Amino acid sequence: MELVVFIITAVIAITGAIAMLLSKNAVHSALFLLLNFAAIAVLYLLLRAPFLFAVQLIVYAGAIIVLFLFVVMLLGAERSEDDHDLLANWQRPLALGLAAALVVEAGYVLFRSRTLAVMSPTSDDLFAEPEKIAAALFTKYLLPFEITGFILLAAVAGVVVLHMQSQQTSSQA
Amino acid sequence: MIPTTYFVMLSAVLFTIGVVGVLIRRNALVVFMSIELMLNSANLALVAFAQARQDVGGQVLVFFVIVVAAAEVAVGLALLVAIFHTKRTTNIDEISTLRG
Repeated sequence: MELVVFIITAVIAITGAIAMLLSKNAVHSALFLLLNFAAIAVLYLLLRAPFLFAVQLIVYAGAIIVLFLFVVMLLGAERSEDDHDLLANWQRPLALGLAAALVVEAGYVLFRSRTLAVMSPTSDDLFAEPEKIAAALFTKYLLPFEITGFILLAAVAGVVVLHMQSQQTSSQA
Repeated sequence: MIPTTYFVMLSAVLFTIGVVGVLIRRNALVVFMSIELMLNSANLALVAFAQARQDVGGQVLVFFVIVVAAAEVAVGLALLVAIFHTKRTTNIDEISTLRG
């Protein structure tokens, strides 16, 4: 039963990712990316990670996608690459060939690996309860957790500074 | 339970799709979305390994990756908007001022 859910979700995730690549309109790309993020959230549930399921939906599917859509529509960049989207003729097959080499390489490493073969998933549903993640975050990983606060503060300051500079240049022009 | 290998394989496929996106698309916004896709596939592998090892540390790491990705998206999109204000384009071939 779980395998059926996994296969359906995996197909949705891969379809969303490929459709994001292929759609010409950047708004459609963002919406297909949303589909992919939602599918990955379902996979987190299959992996017994309810906390990350919620965080994935709130942060990725909520905040990040909205930010992307907002910027795409603000810039009016939906169709800005219709003509020169395509690379030179020899570049695209080269890129696809390199990507195929990468996935074959990853698969080779994966199936050769002994540690991965030894790993067998156990069905202990409760090892990653939100309480346990919170306990780990606020004891063992307290310093990294504090540092994420500084990272977010730096991001906020950076965005404000960038916005002020772009305002100055546009008023000079 | 589903074998960990399946999740890691799916993660590898999604990562490769993200790499292809960075390689063949010229719209900076779509390149950015592909980078997000790669971050997500790495997160999926981390969660799969955390589940296999019954270790909460992997999920805490994913939490940190998500926080950094959110900060990165905010700063990156602000940069894109600033570039668009001066250059009027999101095509990454035309934004090559720093090229030597």
